[in-house]
Amino acid sequence: MGAPGSAVFAGGGQMMGWRSLLQPHRIVLMALFAGLVVWCAISLRWDWIPEYAPLAIEGAWRTIWILVVTTVVGFLLAIPLGLAQAIGPWYLSMPAKTFCTIIRGTPLLLQIWLLYYGLGSLFPQIPWIRGSELWPYLRQAWPYAVLALTLSYAGYEGEVMRGAFAGVNKGQLEAANAFGMPRFTMFRRIWLPQAIRNVLPTLGGETILQLKATPLVATITVVEIYAVSSRVRSDLFIVYEPLLLLALFYMIIAGIIALLFRRFELKTGSRL
Amino acid sequence: MDLILDTLGLAKSAELLSLSPPGWGGNLLRGLANSLQIAFGAFGFGLLIGLFGASGKLYGGVVIRDLLAIYTTVIRAVPELVLILILYYVGTDLINQASSALGYGRVEISGVVAGIWVLGIVQGAYATEVLRGAIQAIPHGQIEAARAFGMPSFMLMRRVTIPAMMSYATPGLANLWLIATKDTALLAIVGFSELTLETRQAASSTRAYFTFFLAAGALYMIVTLFSGAVFARIEKWARRGQPSLRGAGK
Repeated sequence: MGAPGSAVFAGGGQMMGWRSLLQPHRIVLMALFAGLVVWCAISLRWDWIPEYAPLAIEGAWRTIWILVVTTVVGFLLAIPLGLAQAIGPWYLSMPAKTFCTIIRGTPLLLQIWLLYYGLGSLFPQIPWIRGSELWPYLRQAWPYAVLALTLSYAGYEGEVMRGAFAGVNKGQLEAANAFGMPRFTMFRRIWLPQAIRNVLPTLGGETILQLKATPLVATITVVEIYAVSSRVRSDLFIVYEPLLLLALFYMIIAGIIALLFRRFELKTGSRL
Repeated sequence: MDLILDTLGLAKSAELLSLSPPGWGGNLLRGLANSLQIAFGAFGFGLLIGLFGASGKLYGGVVIRDLLAIYTTVIRAVPELVLILILYYVGTDLINQASSALGYGRVEISGVVAGIWVLGIVQGAYATEVLRGAIQAIPHGQIEAARAFGMPSFMLMRRVTIPAMMSYATPGLANLWLIATKDTALLAIVGFSELTLETRQAASSTRAYFTFFLAAGALYMIVTLFSGAVFARIEKWARRGQPSLRGAGK
């Protein structure tokens, strides 16, 4: 397992050929890394893994699920937010700008706690909410986690999309106008695709940042992969082993996100 | 004033947020001071790492460059929360082992130092990339000219590289500073009483969650907006003498 993992990180980039790995100092580094992995495997405690594996798989699945839902919904919210800021009248652009500034100006942990403890303590006092069909969901933690992460992603991406919409070549839009294209068709066929294509690299980075934000929801009792590692730590007093595996998990997911976005970029020609 | 608060129904909130002991305002401000102290320290420590990291990445040997690539890649791929825990345990373990080897016994590590250490190492990875980009953006002739005059490398850095890269680095560093102020909130999870943890304690003992979390949010916003204004001035100062690009795209 040492060689491919270290290949990616020793080079600092995945697009490197295999030949550049065969320089003498890289071989030494890889050997050192493999030695470290072997040392970890032998001298650290791993006997707890079988017991916690089902919980860990469930937690990993929950992390990925939260990541996908919040990025997709957050991005859908970011499009109107960006558009409102780029070309909207003041009564649309002002609220959008205020929302983005507040989301970007306060810590995500505070936002999560505000929604969970704040709304969570407010809702039980309102009778019709307690009577509604949504109440069984509102009593759990994950709706608040998903809501907070979605709003956060929307806030950051709203700012990115503002620049993206403003950056599309004006001649393209004028050409579409000249052909008598309806406004919505123009937006869907010309403006939005070019805006997204221009910011794909940024979106890739932001999605990795979103992945790195997901462990915060463990603080409001959502059991995702980070919470599982905390449980191992508090149950067995093993500190480093679960944290190392956790770091490895996040690095693998981050690598997959980077590869996916690279493929998107190659396909859409945003990386020439 | 009291009348206005009463009519708005905010009298209770004002009482809770008052600075003297029955209110919790003083605790929040102490938390804010702790947060800012750590943010300053971590930002400075990160800048120092970044400066060495960027020089290492640009001018270092092959081994140093590969090691720095591993450092920046790993730090930027792993969540800050996980890194904070790992670095916190590693740091306390190392110090305790060192002190017991010297015969001093266990050492209590102050939260401020631990916070600066962990956030500084995280910030250093980002600062390395920001500063590397900024150094690369300097017209190469300037550095070559300094070398041609026989300037020693430290003086070259102080007199040419750092002033010339400031205008390219300021926007990235401003972002890093904002990240530093917001990342201090993560130290709440290792039990350090900065603003977010103080807020949570105040909120859970008075059950006034909205009041306190909104107040803390306002404090963070003030810090963000104020820093934005300060960095705008720094950038203006760093760009002095450069031609304005306003209207150039037309």
